[in-house]
Amino acid sequence: MARFAVRRLFSCIALLFAISILTFLIFEAIPNGNPALRLAGRTATQAQIDAIERTWGFNKPIYVQYYRTMEKIFSGTVISYTQQLNVENQIVQDLPPTLSLAIGAGIIWFFFGVVFGVLAAVRAGRWLDRVLTVLSLIGVSTPVFFLGAILSFYLGYKAGIFPNGDYVNITTNPIQWAYHMILPWCALSAVFVGVYSRVLRSTILDMNNDDFVRTARAKGLSERQVMVRHVLRNSLIPIVSLWGLDFASVIGGGAILTESVFNLQGVGQYAAQSVERLDVPPVLVITMFGAFFVVLLGAIVDIVHAWIDPRVRLSA
Amino acid sequence: MDDPPIQADGLEAFPPGYGDLPPGLTPDLPPGLTPDLPPGIGPYKLAWRRLRRNHVSLAFGGLFLLIVILCLLAPVYAADIAHTGPNDENLAGTVALGGKQVYIVSLIGIPIGPTWHSQYFLGADELGRDVAVRLLYGGRTSLFIGAVATLITMLLATILGTIAGYMRGILDGFLSRFFELLWAYPPLLLGIALGVSLQVGGLDLGLFTIQGSSLLVPAMIIGVVYIPYVAKPIRAQVLTLREREFIDAARQQGLGPVRIMAGEILPNLASTIIVFVPLILANAILLEAGLSYLGAGVQPPNPSWGTMISEGITLIPAAIHLTLIPGLMLVLCVLGINVFGDGVRDALDPRGQVKVGR
Repeated sequence: MARFAVRRLFSCIALLFAISILTFLIFEAIPNGNPALRLAGRTATQAQIDAIERTWGFNKPIYVQYYRTMEKIFSGTVISYTQQLNVENQIVQDLPPTLSLAIGAGIIWFFFGVVFGVLAAVRAGRWLDRVLTVLSLIGVSTPVFFLGAILSFYLGYKAGIFPNGDYVNITTNPIQWAYHMILPWCALSAVFVGVYSRVLRSTILDMNNDDFVRTARAKGLSERQVMVRHVLRNSLIPIVSLWGLDFASVIGGGAILTESVFNLQGVGQYAAQSVERLDVPPVLVITMFGAFFVVLLGAIVDIVHAWIDPRVRLSA
Repeated sequence: MDDPPIQADGLEAFPPGYGDLPPGLTPDLPPGLTPDLPPGIGPYKLAWRRLRRNHVSLAFGGLFLLIVILCLLAPVYAADIAHTGPNDENLAGTVALGGKQVYIVSLIGIPIGPTWHSQYFLGADELGRDVAVRLLYGGRTSLFIGAVATLITMLLATILGTIAGYMRGILDGFLSRFFELLWAYPPLLLGIALGVSLQVGGLDLGLFTIQGSSLLVPAMIIGVVYIPYVAKPIRAQVLTLREREFIDAARQQGLGPVRIMAGEILPNLASTIIVFVPLILANAILLEAGLSYLGAGVQPPNPSWGTMISEGITLIPAAIHLTLIPGLMLVLCVLGINVFGDGVRDALDPRGQVKVGR
């Protein structure tokens, strides 16, 4: 177990290093032409361009530039181009709405994904299964920003049942916080409920033919006991690993669209605003930390998975 | 019949004539078929038969096809029915409605809703452009990007996945790490990172340069983002295929690795590739919409379903039709692909089928 954990963490560190290089290359090496020319504007003289090259270090070899960028990111001194604000302070300040969104939506999509998946599997081939299949396909096919806009227009603006976007801090008023978050949670969950219920349904149906399920039925357990104690317990393992990864990617910037359509000032909204201004440093930092978060949580999920299910660590 | 073949476990196979029909019971067969072999049906013919019975799936496939045809006919609609182009603004114009002349964009800037007439069939946007015309042209953009992205993903993922799985060794290690690396980024984040970076400077591929505003930029970004999602399963399948006897046989005959990969392994990957195409197409169209919504995809004034929703959301309490119409079109299109793709998967991979009666 310890050996598995150590090996998994080592490969994870190598991956983090590769991510930092790739993210750097995406922003520094792919764009065509001299970055100093773009920063200096249209009417710059050669002397100004040279000065910018020197201050930003564009004339240095690429590995020096990489080292300097990483040094800035890890010492927390990255400054955005347009607002001239510290990027990392801004991210920390924007974390609460993102965490609220991800945690609430994560609970909702896990719960409904499992409930719908089990119902569809138990009633496989009947009308309830068909209705749930159609619903989950619609969920998978609807972009979250469209769903969010429609929900906040019809339920928020027209019917006045829910508030129209905005974020209330959980410490100032927990009830208002939850009330304001209901629509964003639902909009973000829709896709995942669709995916999870379909994955769970097919896992359960595959498992129904396994030997241990037949044994459980043969020794006289009721269908309900077979489902809850034997089938569901085993089918949930892939769902839980999937949940870990999706949850990480939502926190690491996957909620950009939801935050921006509901006007929640979170990390995703910050990224969206920076994209609009073509402000490279915040996008670079958020992309890198987003991928870091996915990799780290993925490693933790794998280790927990191996701890629960010994087959994983023996085969790897 | 020849002597009974000796099986691998040393036992004699069934004696000659075993399982033959009793004399006098020869079935009526068309000429050219020998009675001891049943007429063969290929796997693809079987899959097509299964798909043909799945009416829901075919109906949604038809819906998708209809949307594609409508979008391809966009210039005809614009020229002969709506008499306006996708980017033609008409801020001060009027349209005859129920005998009255109505402003297309009202004096306080609210565009007209659906008129259900040939002009402004689905209403106008805030600059007085015809929404129906833009919807069809936007569909061309979205579908074009989706199709090119899917082509890029499938091509690169199949080639890289097959090479990684067949060659093993250092090359596999390198390619697998590369898939891991791309896979670590949430797709939308990688998309906006590449989108912002390419918008800043365009792309120089040596032979040809692509402008930052070209439609090929989002198509290439999306194509790259989804590579690992296809390449990883293909690599896994190649890993098991390469241990099979027919690959050994090909190697004994002296075929080189390229011939084996292209001639022996690729045909066996065909059904996997077919199953992935609708899945990637649906996701590529959704990702294009998301990127365009954020401003990292298609650049205005070019319409795409994503940019249309994005422009519509800013006018939301006043003119919901600007969000609703492109959004519903996008959902219908993606839903059509998804349901049809589900049917294709069930037909090609029947083990995933619903086990009725359990």
